Formats: sequence, C-alpha cells, structure tokens
Amino acid sequence: MGDFVMPSLGADMERGILNEWLVKPGDAVAKGDIIAVVETDKGAIEVEVWSAGVIEELCVDEGTDTPVGTVLARIRETENPASEPSAAATATPSPPPEPVATTPAPPAPAPSAPAEARGRVMASPWARHLAAERGVALTGVTGSGPLGAVLGRDVPAAAAKTAHPKPDKVDQLAAMRRAVAKAMARSKREIPHYYLGTDVDVTGALAWLARRNASVPPPERLLPAVIWLKAVAAAIRKVPQVNGFWQDDALRLSEPIHLGFAVSLRGGGLVAPALHDVDQRTPVELMRAMTDLVTRARRGRLRGAEMTDATLTVTSMGERGVERVDGVIYPPQVAIVGLGKVVERPWVVDGEVAVRKVMHVSLAGDHRAHDGHTGGLFLNALADALSAPEAL
Amino acid sequence: MSEVTFREAVRMALRESMHADERVFLMGEDVGRYGGSYACSMGLLEEFGEARIRDTPLSESGFVGAGIGAALVGMKPIVEVMTVNFSLLALDQIINNAATLRHMSGGQVNVPVVIRMSTGAGKQLAAQHSHSWEAFYTHVPGLKVLSPATVVDARGMLLAALDDPDPVVIFEHSGLYNMKGEMPEPPPAVDLTHARVAREGTDVTLITHGGCLRRTTEAAAALAERGISAEVLDLRVLRPLDWNTVFESVAKTHRAVIVDEGWKSWGFSAEVSARIAEDAFWMLDAPVRRVAGVEVPIPYPTHLEQASIPQTAQVIAAALEVVGHG
Repeated sequence: MGDFVMPSLGADMERGILNEWLVKPGDAVAKGDIIAVVETDKGAIEVEVWSAGVIEELCVDEGTDTPVGTVLARIRETENPASEPSAAATATPSPPPEPVATTPAPPAPAPSAPAEARGRVMASPWARHLAAERGVALTGVTGSGPLGAVLGRDVPAAAAKTAHPKPDKVDQLAAMRRAVAKAMARSKREIPHYYLGTDVDVTGALAWLARRNASVPPPERLLPAVIWLKAVAAAIRKVPQVNGFWQDDALRLSEPIHLGFAVSLRGGGLVAPALHDVDQRTPVELMRAMTDLVTRARRGRLRGAEMTDATLTVTSMGERGVERVDGVIYPPQVAIVGLGKVVERPWVVDGEVAVRKVMHVSLAGDHRAHDGHTGGLFLNALADALSAPEAL
Repeated sequence: MSEVTFREAVRMALRESMHADERVFLMGEDVGRYGGSYACSMGLLEEFGEARIRDTPLSESGFVGAGIGAALVGMKPIVEVMTVNFSLLALDQIINNAATLRHMSGGQVNVPVVIRMSTGAGKQLAAQHSHSWEAFYTHVPGLKVLSPATVVDARGMLLAALDDPDPVVIFEHSGLYNMKGEMPEPPPAVDLTHARVAREGTDVTLITHGGCLRRTTEAAAALAERGISAEVLDLRVLRPLDWNTVFESVAKTHRAVIVDEGWKSWGFSAEVSARIAEDAFWMLDAPVRRVAGVEVPIPYPTHLEQASIPQTAQVIAAALEVVGHG
C-alpha cells in the first residue's frame, strides 16, 4: 500500500486545495500519471503519482484545503520487480517538502454531487463559460441537469453561496504575490548572494541561428532563448557546482540539468517551471517544450514536477528591453543566471573597432555552496558555449 | 388590413409585378388555361395574355432553361415548377447554368430568374410529389433560397426576388396555399436578409421555416401553458441564412430545437445544427435537438404521411427535453 500525499509544489508551499480528482477508486495508475489537480498560491498544478498501482481510496474530497504531507489517496501497488519499493521517495531529485505539521486536516464531508463523482465534472458549455467568467470552480457545484450536469443556471447560485472554496482572481493574484514574497525574502534572508557579470559577443550565435532558421521549415525554427538555454546547460556540464540544491548545510549537486525558466504571467506574478534535461534534448525538442511550458504556465496548467524540479533558474529580461539583470536565487537552488537584452555595441575584434551584438550575462551565486572563482569559471564556459552555437 | 390566403398573396405579387414591369412574365406547366396547379395564376391569362402567361410542355429542363436564357437577355422570368420533386429534372439548368454564369463570365452576365416551386407533404400526393428538398438548393453557392411562411412574405418575397439581380428559388409549402393571414394596407415590402423572430421567448429557441412554422408556433403556445417560454425563429431566407439572428437567440435561451420537414440525415437541419455547434458552442446549455422528416419516402396513407413529418407534439417533446422537463 502506498500513500499519495499532498506534495510540496514549491519551496514555500504549506497547504494546497485538492481541486479535482482525475482518477476514481479502482483506476489503475502508472508512475508519472497525472491524477489530481492541486490549487496552490501559484495556480492550479497537475500532480503526478510516483508509484504504480490501483487507486484504493480517495481520502480527501475535492475542494478540501490540506497541509502538505496529508495523505490524499491510498494506492495498492502492483507487483513490479523493476521498481523499488518506495518509488515515490526516489523518483525525482525534487527538494524534500518543507517541514510541515503532521496532523492531517480531517476532510470535511462535502455534499456529494453525482456530477463530480464521475472524475470529470459534467457541465454544459454555457455553464463552463459562465464559471470561467465568474471565477467559480465547477467542482462542488450541484448540477440540476441530466445526470447531475451543471447547467448555466446553477452557476450564479453557486457563485453567490461560495463562501470559502475558490479564491477569486484578485485573491489568487494576492496569493501569488505572497508566495513570491515569501520565497524571495527567504532567499535574501538566508542566501549570501555574490554577483558576477560579463558582456558576451553573440553576433556569431545570432548569425548562425538566422542561417539555420532560413534553411528549415517554420516548425523547426528556433528562438534565441533556446540557444541561450543550451549554452547554459553546456556550461553546467563543465562547471557542475552551480547545478543543485543547498540542503541541510550541504551542497547537493544534481546530475540532471533541469532549467527553471522564469515566465511572467499576464495577470501579474511569475513562475519558474522547469524544462527537463536541457542538455539531453535537441534544440527543436526544447523549442517545443518551451512553447508548451509557457502556454501551460499562463493557463495555470503546470505539473507538479515542473514546479519543483528546476536545478538552476535562468531569468531573461531581454524582452523587457533591460540590458542587465542580477537575479535573486530561488531556494533551495544555488545559482541564477541573468540574461540581458542583445544590443549593438562598438567592440574590439582583432585590434579593430567593430559593431557587434552583445548580451550581458550575469550569475548570482550562493556563497555557501560555491565561490566567485567557480562562478567565474561558469560564466567563461557560458561565453565559450555561446561562441560555438553549432556545437549546441 | 385585409385577410387573404397565401395563394392570393402570391397572385397579388404576380399581378403587381407584371403591371409594374413589362419584362416580367410567368411560365410553367398549367399556369395559363388551368390557372396553375395550386391556382396561384387563376385569371392571369385573361388579364395579361398568352405572351406573358405561358403554358409549357412537361419538360422541366426545357422550360427552366428557357427561363434562364430569357433572364440572360434582359427579361425577368418567373418560372413555376409544379413541385420541387419535378425540379430534379431541371437541376442541371439551375445548378450548372443559373448559379454559375455570373461567376464563370467574370461578372459580365447575371441571371435574374425567379423559380417558384411547391414543396412538402400533407396533401396525400404520395412520395413523388411530397418531398422537401430545400437542402439540395441551399447547398449551392450562387442561389438565393427563400421559404415564405406568411402571407406578407408570400407576396413580398416574390417582389423582392424579382428585384434581385441573381437567381432566386422560392419554396412555397403546398400546405400553406389555403392559409389565411392579415395583409396590411398598403402591403409592406420585405427584405431578403433577415430571419424573423415570430415569437419572443427566453427558455428555448425553436428554429424553423415555411410549412413547419405553424406547428412550431402551436408548440410554443402549448409550452407557454406549461411555463416554458419558447422563442420561435422563422428563418425566411434559407440561403444566405441570417446566422446572427440564430446565434443571438441561442445566446439568450442557451437551447435550440430545429424543426424542418426535410430528412434529418445530411439535411437542412444538419447544417443549422452544425453551425450552432461551431459558432455558438459556449452558449449552449443542452445538446441541439432536431425534429425532422422520418427517413422514408413520404407515404400515401394519411396516418403514415403525418407520422413521417414533424408534428406539434414532437416539437413540444423536444423542447421539454432540452429544457430538462423531458
């Protein structure tokens, strides 16, 4: 028997609302399946299960606010000699959840509506449209339609009597702001940052990219960001000390390279979901993954692993027209890379002044984990990687 | 205001147009001496003479083609085809010539022909005289397709069709010719662009046209007694159809029932249903329902004939189902 617990989906997450079950008792699940949607300060996150088996029992009703670590479901694990007994614990290099109160909140018995007992809420298009417009969660709305389907007329009533369940948009924004505040304050409180920065000539990289894009069909074309991320991954391979977590007074390096990629949300706030295995994937795969991630981040449909897996974060202010950014490390990571806007500058090439495209790259490092010397080596490696884009 | 029959309203339009414009003439099977199969042109031969009220041989392809030819050289022919069932013999003329020539000539020639035909079942005329093939014509770009359901439209749409520079097909449901209605004085002009809200309502939209309007309106009245407010749309112009009015009504009621005498599969009601699903999906609170012709050749015995076409009770049942009282 395995327990599926409310995961920590961010360094400072303490509680979450079990928004929606995507499985029901008796369903078979495989490792990595998305089985629930959890509402956190940063939006709705799809959560994976890390053991294979059959759902024995759902212990928490939809809409229940529960502390991290609470058992949400019991899973009868299937015999699988290949998988270690506690797959959940070792499956990912996720940072362990913050210590939390171990008393699980007793799930309040919610009035059961047949509409939600089926795993997916039955609701008419008009009801969904109204619910989205008014910020009402359809889970928990008692439907008056056939088979308990939620109809348009049920939504205003639910919106009126919704005292607790789902925070409205303003509250969600405020919650995200609080989450960012908490993480950043912790970072500046605990992490002794050191900062390095250097200008890098990216003329060659951009020219190579333009040539490449001109020769391939539109779906295979790349944005410069893909090249920057590949270069960061290449530099990490040479200087791995910046890739990992500071935990229990020790630097724990990460073998996989999962780059957090700061995405600003249209309504305000930001998230930094992880692009997995940046070094292993081709630029085209990475481009697709990045597009997908940005789209899902803005729709609030990120998966749990993406929220916690980043081993180093890259922040880019180029789109905002800013030439230089010195980032704040996202704990428990140990470094953040900042990319500025590409600008044309007079630049000395072979003893002559030439106009070159130049980008400022910065590194904020956790001085507990490594020193400026390491950071310098990393930035040099990054500059080298950017000068040979075809190798990426 | 005076009370006239649908047939008299058609005849009013024929007389008015022939008095107003000498290029207008009527031709078709039995339109002259017999006065028309449905008596729409009774007395017109005496009034306008053989040159303008022309009896034709029983050759739909021939006389529809002649009408198209006359239109090409500047006349304004009104061609009467006895029923839509016989118009299949003239489909080639209508689709390959009337509907295409403006496009194929790069706009050099247009075909201002008006083709009237009866449609529909209910008069025990058996399969070969009773089908509703509006969908064949509404499928074709280049045609305007009208389906009057009131005496005002029976007169006004024929006059508006004669003013249209392109081919217009008018469906007159055979069950409507004896229907009486109020004709305002003076009789009003009508447009060929809008659907009409025949009855306002808030709970469900009943979408229909032509011969089905009466039963649909009866259904709405019966629904009102049960506390359900049904909106009735008389589409009037089947092509180009006034989708905005349809979508606005569905946006208000969130439910739609389509009533059409044609067969359901791949039919007129199928297209209306598909458009609502495509363009008004987020407005829907229930699946779209269709009350349509049963998929058999229209039978001769009256009880089977009535069982094969939409009835008031079926419209009521469909409406109750989509509003959740089914």
